[in-house]
Amino acid sequence: MSNNNFIKELADKDARIDGRKFDEIRKPINIELGISNKAEGSAKVTWGETEVVVGVKMAVGTPYPDSPDQGVLITGAELSPMSDPEFLPGPPGPEAIELARVVDRGIRESKMMDTKKLCIREGELVWTIFLDIYPINNAGNLIDAASLAAVAALKSAVFPKLDGDRILFGEFTKNKIPLNLIPITCTVVNVGGKAMVDPVLEEEKNFDARINVAVSEKGDVHAMQKAGMVGLEIDQIDEMIGLAVKKSAEIRKVLK
Amino acid sequence: MAYTKRSDGRKFDEIRPMEAKVGVIKRATGSAMFKMGNTIAIAAVFGPRDVFPSFLQNNSRGILRCHYDMMSFSVTERKRPGPTRRSTEISKVTEAALMPILDLSKFPNTGVDVYINMLQADAGTRTAGINAAALALADAGIPMKDLVCSVAVGKVGDKICVDLTKEEEDFEEGATDLPIAVLPRSGKVTLLQMDGKMTQKEIKEALEMGKKSIQAIKKLQVKALNDKYKETGK
Repeated sequence: MSNNNFIKELADKDARIDGRKFDEIRKPINIELGISNKAEGSAKVTWGETEVVVGVKMAVGTPYPDSPDQGVLITGAELSPMSDPEFLPGPPGPEAIELARVVDRGIRESKMMDTKKLCIREGELVWTIFLDIYPINNAGNLIDAASLAAVAALKSAVFPKLDGDRILFGEFTKNKIPLNLIPITCTVVNVGGKAMVDPVLEEEKNFDARINVAVSEKGDVHAMQKAGMVGLEIDQIDEMIGLAVKKSAEIRKVLK
Repeated sequence: MAYTKRSDGRKFDEIRPMEAKVGVIKRATGSAMFKMGNTIAIAAVFGPRDVFPSFLQNNSRGILRCHYDMMSFSVTERKRPGPTRRSTEISKVTEAALMPILDLSKFPNTGVDVYINMLQADAGTRTAGINAAALALADAGIPMKDLVCSVAVGKVGDKICVDLTKEEEDFEEGATDLPIAVLPRSGKVTLLQMDGKMTQKEIKEALEMGKKSIQAIKKLQVKALNDKYKETGK
């Protein structure tokens, strides 16, 4: 049950519902690669009690008219009812769309993939990378767990074999997607003026504001998104970004 | 490469020429148009009114629902009519940008619907939409604690700028878009998104620049409201 006062009362006492410190990320974080042998790349992230799987499928298709020499990334997310009693069947709602788009923008805006190298014939044929996110168990902070699973799946993905312009489904090459850098997304929530990382469910239901920050290894910020019905002072935003940049380095270690 | 001069001659902290008009849609409870450069947004507010489906009702306060969209002809290449994933997300962040100023506690079980649409788009559509929506909510007489002023800040090449045009967003050497909404009285930030590349220090600088520049938006919003309500004497 959500109890607004309880989460806030705890924050006032510098405490959290599961006993963590404000800047403490749940442990352990585990990445399991190759969870589906049909996918070109796949990963399952176990992050505390949260579990998310992400799969990469590739297809060939025509490029967008405004980027004839670039491959295409399409990210989707389904908040499957199996992962949370509050998720309902049906087409993706705002939460699912936001999850997919926040993960997508971390990858896209950091230029993680060299999309020009996904071009087969300019203006005619390019690779389309489908990235699909499925929570298995939602115990909070799906965005960070899904972002990590997404970059792990992309990092491990191999191209399928081509016969002319057709994919030979089920036959894989050993060629990986050319990558420039790896973005890590770190979410910071604000509860009663206190900034804390990696919110669990009860904290997600009771935060005042949330910022997702996608950070490169150098510490550059590539994408952000604020949620929550309370406004923030610029100094609070600065503190939250600083915390995200710092903690993203810790999450990054799991990838190595 | 350095971005030394803006293509439309503006100062780096200057917002494009703006226009605002309140009461542009007669059948709506409240409505407004807000123009920033070549971006033209209109917003209509309906309610507080009955909520369907009824399970969305909240018995302690009214709910806010925002619906952002772009008209098919508002962009260079025709946009397929109807909601997209992009518009769904913008609707969600628009709700979060506007909700902190509203007091819907007097209207339990009802809903306030805000419809935002673009006639013409040249970057900054969500910010122009929020500026129009804030005026439309005021026009509808919804109890408000403050206005909301929204502008995109960002980086074009190596320069921090406010209110980027589409041309600037597409700057060859790279551009970063950081749309924000600020409550002019408290200075609190209620919309924050970013795409591109900036350091923590640059983000803070851009936020401070945006916070200053929104005073011009607030002034225009107040004038637009006065223009309508002075006439009727209400």
